[in-house]
Amino acid sequence: MRNFVTCFFPRGSKLLTIVLIMILFGVISAAPLPAEYRFPRPEFKSEYEIPKTEVPAATPSIYEYLDLFVLVVLLSIVSYLVLKRRSRLGIFIISIFSLIYLGFLRRGCICPIGSIQNVTLAIFDSGYIIPLTVIGFFLLPLIYTLLFGRSFCAGVCPFGALQDLVILRPVKLPAWLSQTLGLFPYVYLGTAVLFTATGSGFLICRFDPFVEIFRFGSRVEMLIFGGILLIIGIFIARPYCRFLCPYSVLLRLFSRFAIWHGTITPAECVNCKLCHDSCPVDAILPSTPQAEPESRSRGVKRLMLLLILIPLLTGGGAVLGSQLGHVMSYLNSDVRLQTQINRENTTGTENYSEDSSFFRESRQTEEQLAEQVATTKADFYTGGFLLGGFIALVFALKLISLSLWRKRDEYEIDKAQCVSCGRCFEYCPVEAQHKRAKDD
Amino acid sequence: MAEADKEKNNNLSRRDFLRYGFRAIIGLGALSVAGHTLFSSKSHDMVWQLDPDKCIQCGRCATRCVLSPSAVKCVHAFAICGYCDLCSGYFRQPPFALDTAAENRLCPTSAIKRTYVEDPYYEYTIDQSLCIGCGKCVKGCGSFGNGSLFLQVMHDRCVNCNECSIAVTCPAKAYTRVPAHSPYLLKKAAEGSG
Repeated sequence: MRNFVTCFFPRGSKLLTIVLIMILFGVISAAPLPAEYRFPRPEFKSEYEIPKTEVPAATPSIYEYLDLFVLVVLLSIVSYLVLKRRSRLGIFIISIFSLIYLGFLRRGCICPIGSIQNVTLAIFDSGYIIPLTVIGFFLLPLIYTLLFGRSFCAGVCPFGALQDLVILRPVKLPAWLSQTLGLFPYVYLGTAVLFTATGSGFLICRFDPFVEIFRFGSRVEMLIFGGILLIIGIFIARPYCRFLCPYSVLLRLFSRFAIWHGTITPAECVNCKLCHDSCPVDAILPSTPQAEPESRSRGVKRLMLLLILIPLLTGGGAVLGSQLGHVMSYLNSDVRLQTQINRENTTGTENYSEDSSFFRESRQTEEQLAEQVATTKADFYTGGFLLGGFIALVFALKLISLSLWRKRDEYEIDKAQCVSCGRCFEYCPVEAQHKRAKDD
Repeated sequence: MAEADKEKNNNLSRRDFLRYGFRAIIGLGALSVAGHTLFSSKSHDMVWQLDPDKCIQCGRCATRCVLSPSAVKCVHAFAICGYCDLCSGYFRQPPFALDTAAENRLCPTSAIKRTYVEDPYYEYTIDQSLCIGCGKCVKGCGSFGNGSLFLQVMHDRCVNCNECSIAVTCPAKAYTRVPAHSPYLLKKAAEGSG
């Protein structure tokens, strides 16, 4: 409208513009039909009746809560199977059901992994209304994990179920590699939260490797990504869960403090080492030698050094992150669009890009866009600062946890890494003994 | 010996104390995040819909949907249709002749059916099974006609992705989340007719 008016009246004739707009609005409000309706509705002589506009009905709202109900039931069953029945077969059957129902039938949306973004958006964007079911999807697996360990990963998450199916020849990764790759989910989570909070889109959904498989979808690059992950998954068990899944960051934390976590052996560990080979995700920690490998004072000295390092690393990361935030803001579509439009305006070209010509067609103004972009850039600066600090802090804490030495008298589960798949149960000779005793 | 045992017990209880503390902290943390979001929550689900008044018919609805063909299809608001003989949503401009021959038509899938009502009026209905949501007719109708044709996300097809992949690229920012119990943003006049 503005552009239309200003192209007839040169700048400066503001009053004239306003008068013209008022006249226009007057005409519009006086007319029986909006100006858009160029042709009046015909008065039919025949019996013709104007049909109603019909649109297909939406899915009944019962489904929203049905999914939540199914989630609770599945979480409960899997937790029971892990802790009480200790049945790998049962977990496997439930995971197949989850894969078919939550994956292929309900087609993966909404999932707890993605719900992180909805929760973030609900916190940062006051205009976003979050459905109760989404809060349920976010919170329920966390609560269950705090109670029983990662039973969500074991048999409810369709991603986990799909990857669990292809674990055929799992190899043990060297510790340095799995520990390093294990840091990536923190980076992914932080970046995804930053992008959601700045209104730049849902990264987790966009780079979701398996949902295209569930939907028999058409995004080829994601199908390839999913396929590659599954092929890797034959040898390196659950690569998405261990080295990508942003929800696993929360699950690891909650599982570490789980009240009742599944155990390898039903009774006393006999240090037979058999379970260690059964674990596909390297979550079983072998027992340690009785003596500490180094003198206590040396360990304390190193710990002190690392503790001093925490604020230094975090501060450095934050400063670096704020600089990177500026760069990352160019991944926001609005920022990119404005850069493109500015470039076109300065060069005076009429050869607009697709996005820019669509923008010029739409009802948004360049001023609105500039305002939007300014806030987005500021948000990215602050967000980058926090993200950098967070990643550096995680890195520092990882260093500390790696440098600490803890004595273990028996084979223990690394509760954070364990996905409660139950493979170790059958390998434990004590378990076999118990079963035999029960049968007799 | 007793001294060592005691120390061991103390160690254990300290570890347990820390464990209970952390457990309480993260549990309460998760609950408070959820509680905070509860204030902005609604008991109903939200689904994606496009606002026909913002739509500029760029054609991306047809190609950017995760479904193929797209979940977006054309809707006809009969109540504001002019029933024109020379329908600018039906015929390419300018048409060679006002008949149903393919070379005259705008719709690439011939999803619009033209039926004679009475002189000089024709009724245009959309075969939803053929429509691909390209918006060519919407553009035609909006630029020379009443704008009675418009695009909508069809909720028998939409899988309701957490992030709609059309919304991401919509240049008019026409996509919004709407309550699942009233999932369509029909043109006002169309709503009036039922």
